[in-house]
Amino acid sequence: MRITCPICGERDSREFSYRGADVALHRPDPEAGEAAWDDYVHLRDNPAGETRDMWYHEGGCGAWIVVTRNTVTHEVIGSELAAEVAR
Amino acid sequence: MRFSGLRILKEGLTGNKGWTPHWRDPEPKSEYDILIIGGGGHGLATAYYLAKEHGLSNIAVLEKGYIGGGNVGRNTTIVRANYNMPGNSEFYSHSLKLWEGLEEDLNYNVMHSQRGIINLFHSDGQRDYAVRRANSMINQGDDAIVLDRAGVKKMLPYLDYDNARFPVYGGLYHPRGGTARHDAVAWGFARGADSRGVDLLQNCEVTGIDIEGGKVIGVQTSRGPIKAKKVGIVVAGRSGQVAARAGMRLPIESHILQAFVTEGLKPCIDHVVTFGMGHFYISQSDKGGLVFGGDLDFYASYAARGNLPMAEHVMEAGMALMPMIGKARVLRSWGGIMDMSPDGSPIIDRTHIEGLYLNCGWCYGGFKAVPGSGNVFAHLMATDRYHDNATKFRLDRFRDGYGLMDEEGTGSQHNLH
Amino acid sequence: MRVQGRGLVDRNSPVTFRFDGIAYEGFAGDTLASALLANDVRLMGRSFKYHRPRGVLTAGSEEPNALVTVGAGVGQEPNMRATVQEIYPGLEAQSQNRWPSLGFDLLSVNDLAAPFLGAGFYYKTFMWPRAFWEKLYEPVIRRAAGLGALSGKPDGDRYERAWAFCDLLVIGAGPAGLMAALTAARAGLDVILADEDARMGGRLLAESHEVDGMPGPDWVDSVLNELQAMDNVRLMSRTTVTGAYDQGTYGALERVGHHLPRAEKRPLETFWRIVARRSILAAGALERPVAFTNNDRPGIMTAGAVRTYLNRYGVSPGKAVTVFGNNDDAHRTARDLIAAGVHVSAVIDARADAAVDVKAPIYKGAVVSGSSGRKQLESITVRSGGREEKIATDCLAMSGGWNPTVHLTCHMNGRPTWREDIQSFVPTPGAIPGMEVAGACNGTMTTAACLREGAEVAARVAADLGKKAKAADLPKAEDDPYRLTALWHVPGKGRAWLDFQNDVTVKDVKQAATENFRSVEHMKRYTTQGMATDQGKNSNVAALAILADATGRGIPETGTTTFRPPYAPVAIAAMGSGATGKGFAPERKTTSHAATVERKAPLIEAGLWYRPSYFPQAGETNWRQSCDREVGYVRNAVGICDVSTLGKIDIQGPDAARLLDFVYTNTFSTLKLGRVRYGLMLREDGHVMDDGTTARLGEHHYVMTTTTAAAGQVMKHLDFVTQALHPEWDVHLISVTEQWAQFAVAGPKSRELLNGLLDTSLSDDDWPFMACGEVSVAGVTGRLFRISFSGEHAYELAVPARFGDSLFRLLVARAEAMGGGAYGMEALNVLRVEKGFITHSEIHGRTTAYDIGMERMISAKKDCIGKTMAARPGLVDPERERLVGLRPAGAAKQITAGAHLFNPGDAPVRVNDQGYVTSVAFSPTLGMNIALGFLKRGPERYGETVKLVDHARGVETLCEVVNPVFFDPEGGRVRG
Repeated sequence: MRITCPICGERDSREFSYRGADVALHRPDPEAGEAAWDDYVHLRDNPAGETRDMWYHEGGCGAWIVVTRNTVTHEVIGSELAAEVAR
Repeated sequence: MRFSGLRILKEGLTGNKGWTPHWRDPEPKSEYDILIIGGGGHGLATAYYLAKEHGLSNIAVLEKGYIGGGNVGRNTTIVRANYNMPGNSEFYSHSLKLWEGLEEDLNYNVMHSQRGIINLFHSDGQRDYAVRRANSMINQGDDAIVLDRAGVKKMLPYLDYDNARFPVYGGLYHPRGGTARHDAVAWGFARGADSRGVDLLQNCEVTGIDIEGGKVIGVQTSRGPIKAKKVGIVVAGRSGQVAARAGMRLPIESHILQAFVTEGLKPCIDHVVTFGMGHFYISQSDKGGLVFGGDLDFYASYAARGNLPMAEHVMEAGMALMPMIGKARVLRSWGGIMDMSPDGSPIIDRTHIEGLYLNCGWCYGGFKAVPGSGNVFAHLMATDRYHDNATKFRLDRFRDGYGLMDEEGTGSQHNLH
Repeated sequence: MRVQGRGLVDRNSPVTFRFDGIAYEGFAGDTLASALLANDVRLMGRSFKYHRPRGVLTAGSEEPNALVTVGAGVGQEPNMRATVQEIYPGLEAQSQNRWPSLGFDLLSVNDLAAPFLGAGFYYKTFMWPRAFWEKLYEPVIRRAAGLGALSGKPDGDRYERAWAFCDLLVIGAGPAGLMAALTAARAGLDVILADEDARMGGRLLAESHEVDGMPGPDWVDSVLNELQAMDNVRLMSRTTVTGAYDQGTYGALERVGHHLPRAEKRPLETFWRIVARRSILAAGALERPVAFTNNDRPGIMTAGAVRTYLNRYGVSPGKAVTVFGNNDDAHRTARDLIAAGVHVSAVIDARADAAVDVKAPIYKGAVVSGSSGRKQLESITVRSGGREEKIATDCLAMSGGWNPTVHLTCHMNGRPTWREDIQSFVPTPGAIPGMEVAGACNGTMTTAACLREGAEVAARVAADLGKKAKAADLPKAEDDPYRLTALWHVPGKGRAWLDFQNDVTVKDVKQAATENFRSVEHMKRYTTQGMATDQGKNSNVAALAILADATGRGIPETGTTTFRPPYAPVAIAAMGSGATGKGFAPERKTTSHAATVERKAPLIEAGLWYRPSYFPQAGETNWRQSCDREVGYVRNAVGICDVSTLGKIDIQGPDAARLLDFVYTNTFSTLKLGRVRYGLMLREDGHVMDDGTTARLGEHHYVMTTTTAAAGQVMKHLDFVTQALHPEWDVHLISVTEQWAQFAVAGPKSRELLNGLLDTSLSDDDWPFMACGEVSVAGVTGRLFRISFSGEHAYELAVPARFGDSLFRLLVARAEAMGGGAYGMEALNVLRVEKGFITHSEIHGRTTAYDIGMERMISAKKDCIGKTMAARPGLVDPERERLVGLRPAGAAKQITAGAHLFNPGDAPVRVNDQGYVTSVAFSPTLGMNIALGFLKRGPERYGETVKLVDHARGVETLCEVVNPVFFDPEGGRVRG
């Protein structure tokens, strides 16, 4: 599998580590309540199809990347810097 | 039909004309007492024990494809009860005891082979943890022996003891651990369930779960609607999709795990050996192929196939640990869809919908659990009470933090277990 | 027998080799199979289950029968295909899976018991008595099963892995692949042409027809010459593309050294990862056998293989050959043999209306219904219009048609499409993103059409990639229609073989259907059809057709099993090359490594790092003596320890303090310049991730230390927080772990030591506990931190890594002069256990701040990572196991890590479990064993006695529960 790092270009997936769904970007308020935090830390849409998830270019530039990708076909549709998505 | 050596003799002498179907292919009825969604090992075992131990027979197993086509038919066949955490410890112990009587119970040779498992350790810290785990196993009434380096060398003379990057300090030996013939487990439970009146409905995909007033009343399938009083979801990697049909979001992320088998070889590995430093485990099938695997491919996926980085890493680990397997050639690689939970341990529970039950989160350790999981899930579905050996697999444990069973200590990130 | 005037082998280069100890002669260019056939050796293997005598079936890597072991002893290679293995001087090959010999194999007794050993028999028996499975049945089955044997010795051969990148990967160098490569290369694409065979050309090397007016092999040479001369083309022969993976990544195995005597530096194999923008699969087709009674005798092979042996190797596999087929292509075999002067006994065509243009006895509308000859074919039986007739023959060339080699197109779950006209599966377009298909693997069955399709597809790919291909100048070639009528199975008594290696018969498939293994996957798994080393390449489609027939379905509705990587088996040593011994993982060495090794300190692995266990001295006979001495250095004088392996992260920017407040449970924004603070870090799920200290070196400049184990995890975490959660913060991070060498200088004489070394002198006023700042060490600017992991007055001194070696030597020399010296990990561990300091033995991923007694470190005044989830009721339940100290109750006894804790009167079983021991040490300071552990309601139970049970080590003893800080609980010493 090859992932495009917006900074470094297309690289083999072995340069990256992975964190799961991009829900990770949306950290709830400390007072958001039990359900919101359970959603954030544990529950997942886990789609069979297009998803957006978090990759870390650990063996490269150290960028966190949001990758849009298909979990059934492994098609990689796009990637953005997490820092830009989160802004 | 009862299977035995005598039956084989009789059939062999009369032209093998008397064999009959292992199970029927019935048409779906319009209503059942209990529906099990998922005709994998866990679903089939659930149906079997519902029929055998709870006297129920108006049951159907709904399988999207062919029975036994999921992870029960694509794993590395390891059977063990060597867990550390309370909750897991008693459950896997229970499951192993069921394995030990399974052939007799099912009248089907699942080739459960208690050849012993050795988990190697490679530092003082790992030794301490292995000892702790061994003591947990013994406290539970299971067997565990902590081997030192010489003890391991005696059993596994073919490991690299001279120049290993991570030298072998010793191993946690679990003599009752071993392997089984994976497909036979599915077929044995299927045959057993069928003979007790369970309808196995293949090519029957569940497309909807019907809920009325907070209570499940049936399902929609590709073979028509079916009413039911109780419905159990036992679909491993597909748990997220099926639960979504009941409006539920689960603490599950689906990942790929690859496995590998080599060409047939004369016997060379007599045990199951695991190498924690390299995420590698291996045994040799009775046919002679080396069956081995490693870690997840690490990204969420439903493709049931993996990529080269992990495949190569697994081979590297094999070469690092036991360089004598270098000339064994990999014949086939495959992938399964793993239902990864936030603590690496399963969920066997009711849901907030009355009559809807959930069995998932097996991560990549579901095979050895098949009899236990079916047994305790049947108990839960039949009695609405947790089985004594499965009280901690609550769906709510992540929310309230009670009884987490994070054997790896890697935390709530699903793919790290 | 060798046929004069035919073949591409070099008759001027005879090669001597041995098979089963007997010397034979072949020619350069021969495979083991062709050379053995030239020597009239037909029997080459035994089948897996019934140990039936078998000869070659094919002439390629799909060979199911002729598997041999090459070499003997350490480097022996089991299961090598005689049809692929090239001969070289000195080649030694042995037959396998037979005992005592290939000619007389005792296990062939299985064949007599065949009625009892049908599909799935083992699921129905061997169940009684229970204990016999492991003790008797399984060992017997295991010994009988398996093919060749490994040597059991470490693989000493060299293997390599490599990467390649290209615009276009062409897989297969037959007519379609050659035309595709040529067209693309001429258009300017960067092309890799990979072919499994030793010699490129595919079927053109095996057929007698001309291309462009010249013999096929000559045309191949002309194309290869042109390609070879181009800079943008890489030709990779002996290279099997084994798998198609995501985003145009392909695995490929190059057999570099199998065809040559072993040479030290030459790898045996190279496993390639080829990244291609596009690929063209031109892998050809594989001929399928016909199932008839006893169709497995040595001498019965595919018709195309007979042509290969004849036209490429100059060998006729028989003296009187019979040809049997259901298609026109098979007739070529007879024509070529006759042209070469080989006697053709008969041509049998299953089609009554076949047009057979061969000068030999012709049987139309006839089938072969049986054969005789145990170790070599002697005759076949022809059934024609209800009459049966025996024909003496020593070779049967059979053809049931050709199966396109669709395998790679199925590696991403693609399913092939059934084509009725050729009774075969062909690739489904788009099955692999970026892959096009051309030639016979696409169901294109004439040479002319293959050439045309190769050129057309390559032109299309070139256009896609922005290059223009010139209209191809297509060479002239045969364009005879490939006509066939399905023929899967000739009905009759006896066993008709489908999967030759696994001994699966037509009856087995039918029995599986009877027993309701009707799904093709069920049938495969129940009968083992297609699970042999050829993965069903020779038999799957026929077995499918028989299953379809038995279940009353069509072939496409019955479906196929899944082809998965690798296309042809790959040695573990190839895909895992470089990983034996120390090659498995990088080795990280500290700057004091050389000095440590000089002092003969045993090294232990700490993650990827090596650290000294202890520094032995003359007269010491075990590690404990050294360790106790080193502990004494720190408690009584001064000890030196390399702590550079701890992660160091440089954090700068106006929002640095905000970041620290957010990732640590405690507050850092109040930390004064020139001060250090201990911090605790949680995962978002509320459990402890790591601990360490962070020093404030400047207004907006901090340096964080992490534990050795968690350095990478913490860096990733900080990057996540600053990029994904708070990109608005102005803060920058970089790991400086390897830039700084850092040494602990610990003990009551630590200040004295440093005062003699630093350019400025240290005092308690300027340098109190937890102070930090720049210092000058013999003119080198360094950093000094007054922190302690031993509870003693101590410092950590950091210098740029290039000065680490000399500083370590200097520090140790000075310490030794003061009655101290270097200490290793064993002493470090004792020192920290004495103080109740935690490591990852305690923060093992399942413990919370509450568990380790640090709940008050979670600041109430601010949010931090993990704070909310750490407040879940289950994570602060008083019943949790929490950190305690343990010491022997009464006389000094052994305490062991990994032991479990129980109330003294309770049986040591799970339901009574109260906790466990994580760290133990013999404290020379206190003169007893001490331990850290976790105990239910631990801190409430100081003074209680608990029972420690270590079943695994046979230890049971009583312990007193105590505060985990064993030594200097008031902390006076650290303040010096």
